[in-house]
Amino acid sequence: MASSRRRPEAGMVEVLDAPAPAASTTVAQLLDRARGLADRLPGARNPAVAAWRARGAETFACQGFPTRREEAWKYTDLALLRETRFEEPILATDITPPLSREGSEPRLVLIDGRVRHDLSAIGGVTAGVAIGSLADALQKQDENTIAGLGRLAPETLPLPALNAALAEDGVVIRLADGVDGGMIHLLSYATARAGHPVAFHPRHLIRLGPGARLVLIEEARGEAEAFAWQNAVSEVLLGPGARLTHIRLLDEPLSAVHTAMIAVRVEEGAEYDSFTLIKGARLTRNEVHAVLSGPRAALHLNGAQLVDGSRHVDTTTVIEHAAPDCASRQTVKTVLAGRARGVFQSKILVHRAAQKTDGYQMNQALLLSPEAEIDAKPQLEIYADDVKCSHGATVGELDHDALFYLRSRGIAEAEAKSLLVQGFLDDAVSLVADPGLREQLQAETVAWWQRVEHGG
Amino acid sequence: MPAATNTLETVRSVTEGGYRWGFETAIEQELIPKGLDEAVIRLISAKKEEPAWLLEWRLKAFRAWQSMEEPRWAAVRYPPIDYQNLHYYAAPKQKTRPKSLDEVDPELLRTYEKLGIPLREQEQLAGVAVDAVFDSVSVATTFKEKLAEAGVIFCSFSEAVREHPDLVRRWLGTVVPPSDNYFAALNSAVFSDGSFVFVPKGVRCPMELSTYFRINARNTGQFERTLIVAEEGSYVSYLEGCTAPQRDENQLHAAVVELVALDEATIKYSTVQNWYPGDAKGRGGIYNFVTKRGACRGAKSKISWTQVETGSAITWKYPSCILQGEGSVGEFYSVAITNNRQQADTGTKMIHIGPRTRSTIVSKGISAGEGQNTYRGLVRILPKAQHARNFTQCDSLLIGDRCGAHTVPYIESRNPTARVEHEATTSRIAEDQLFYCRQRGMTEEEAVGLIVNGFAREVLKELPMEFAVEAQKLLAISLEGSVG
Repeated sequence: MASSRRRPEAGMVEVLDAPAPAASTTVAQLLDRARGLADRLPGARNPAVAAWRARGAETFACQGFPTRREEAWKYTDLALLRETRFEEPILATDITPPLSREGSEPRLVLIDGRVRHDLSAIGGVTAGVAIGSLADALQKQDENTIAGLGRLAPETLPLPALNAALAEDGVVIRLADGVDGGMIHLLSYATARAGHPVAFHPRHLIRLGPGARLVLIEEARGEAEAFAWQNAVSEVLLGPGARLTHIRLLDEPLSAVHTAMIAVRVEEGAEYDSFTLIKGARLTRNEVHAVLSGPRAALHLNGAQLVDGSRHVDTTTVIEHAAPDCASRQTVKTVLAGRARGVFQSKILVHRAAQKTDGYQMNQALLLSPEAEIDAKPQLEIYADDVKCSHGATVGELDHDALFYLRSRGIAEAEAKSLLVQGFLDDAVSLVADPGLREQLQAETVAWWQRVEHGG
Repeated sequence: MPAATNTLETVRSVTEGGYRWGFETAIEQELIPKGLDEAVIRLISAKKEEPAWLLEWRLKAFRAWQSMEEPRWAAVRYPPIDYQNLHYYAAPKQKTRPKSLDEVDPELLRTYEKLGIPLREQEQLAGVAVDAVFDSVSVATTFKEKLAEAGVIFCSFSEAVREHPDLVRRWLGTVVPPSDNYFAALNSAVFSDGSFVFVPKGVRCPMELSTYFRINARNTGQFERTLIVAEEGSYVSYLEGCTAPQRDENQLHAAVVELVALDEATIKYSTVQNWYPGDAKGRGGIYNFVTKRGACRGAKSKISWTQVETGSAITWKYPSCILQGEGSVGEFYSVAITNNRQQADTGTKMIHIGPRTRSTIVSKGISAGEGQNTYRGLVRILPKAQHARNFTQCDSLLIGDRCGAHTVPYIESRNPTARVEHEATTSRIAEDQLFYCRQRGMTEEEAVGLIVNGFAREVLKELPMEFAVEAQKLLAISLEGSVG
């Protein structure tokens, strides 16, 4: 029986005002840059790296920017990117990015997508932890690094493919078997030059050997007014029994655009525990593709999306259960104010081999303004029978009864609202185990709420 | 309806094998040649002696269809359909239209009897008014007089076009426009018959209305169209059932159902869909590509869809509600079973437009064998839907390790005062439940039947009582061979 092929196209939910995929000058420019830089990008002399970049460029040339006609992009429009003429970031010299953490952990700083050793402090890393820049590793033709490129990321998708074509730098972290790497802090900082939008495509490779442990804090920030498009790809491989706690804080200026693809592979008995707080950038697409590839692997993909003004935040995740006895948990909270738009798409895919899967997914949205919008698509696709999968989704406003209760106890309306919003978010934030990190994230949510309340 | 409760026993004695409605009626058929072009549409329209406006309407739909592409987004797979290799009109041969049941071909009446719809019996039993559609045409409508007394119009679509052209013209295509989607456009171009119901202001329809659809002829598509209009303050409950002969090739069924509820009117629409599902190897079976939509135009109106989907090789169907009237209510209760190689992609759309509109979705999917079952649903809250409310629950049950259960809900809210809740679960039949039943002397199949009925209870209780009994048995039969 010849089965008809399924093509990506609009589903049952009709997409209005979706432009037909048109040749974008931005696409042409980006491809020009890929061609122009082909000989100069790090690792260009290595045939494997060159082939990898060429494949990425070819994929992006075929597909261009995704449009809302594609199911995965139904709710997020990249017109802003399609219509912007991006420039190459120039090397910022006298810059000292403000630090949000005073911790003594090793820190790696990227400015406009390039690792800056002069601003980083990686002296104190534990033995067995290798940390460095992708550009350096590729210059040195490091075999391990080259072998890891594109191994996990879905480079048939246009944005990761573009990243492959243009990735200039990024962070490489490798932990030897059984090493406890403590905490590592990555700061990616974007600089501003008025009227000069820049795009950069960092590629991060993170690999934990069997039984290794690490807490990785990743922050994205930038100078006010920086119109920077960061198109990041992270490939995270967790060997058997390894454990990575990945805390991401995306707090870029309101002029920035952030698209991220985190590709994770969790092997037998390993655990990936992540929390992503998104509170900045005018447009964010935070995509995670995680594969539980060995028995008893565990995954936590939690997060909070704080969306105000006319910002657009989209979290899209695919959780693939490919082995038996794995568990995945996802709690994502979205708070929307002003004319904000929030998107949450998540798919749990359970393969036939993944018996005894335990999958749970919860997403809740709080709409605080009549002009805000939330679109959610929590999806289950299940091919194994001995599974327990569930998802829940709710959308609503602040509970009037709870508000009344607090008011009747003499709490001012603004404070009562703030308490309720924090309480709503706390279901997710409290899942962060480290008390210091949890407090930092709570402080970030409070600061966001103050910005919303005071229109700052 | 004793007729319905007897269905299974009657049919069991008539046929052997898994699908008990798979017989073919040897009856003289009038077929128009295979193929689809404007001439065929003109021919269908001429055969039905239709007014010019309706022919124009069909042609417009046909032209729209020609420029459309078959949808591919559903999680179903099938070889390409050759739309030119189908008969678009098949009718039992009859010289004149029957005036009463006595004039209907006795062979046809026997068919319905075998199916458990003895039309004659129903004239005597205080029960259900039935409109029976055989391939493309409606063959008999019972209880017409009694309904007429109450002012209710219940007749075949062709008859409505002749007798009540103004009503048909006013409402046809107002809920599902002719170019709404690929299959609806095809239906609008070639539909041959169906049912028409009109319940005037303030009338509570005195009995359940029922349509029975039967595909008999080979290589035909069935394209019926149902239109139900409930005026202010009226109430009607409508049930459709369907079967088809057992054949190796696939047959296409592309129906359109439109419901309109005005102020404070209620329409309850129940379906027990049991088209031939194909055999265990996936040969044959009906492609059920249906567009069903109700518009709650009036304040406090209500449309409730209940469906029990056990048949068809492929189901593509999303009975929906457009909640325009303030305080209007939409409901969708569904049980869908896929066994062997069946594929179902079904769900609903609840479009909340008016303030204080409410909707409830309860979907139970059961997958067995190599069946693939997808719930696909949309809840959309528009900015003016102040205090709208939705509750959705979709549960999937898996029996066996070669089947699939999928859930694809879309939730879109643009009003902060609206509340939307969605829950979904997927699990298999618990070992301890099975063990408990087995220990009490039930066979494994009986135990599965019992547990599945419990799983689907929330939906089955929404069916008119007599049909609920039949549906329960149907669930058990559909799962035969899925365990052990």
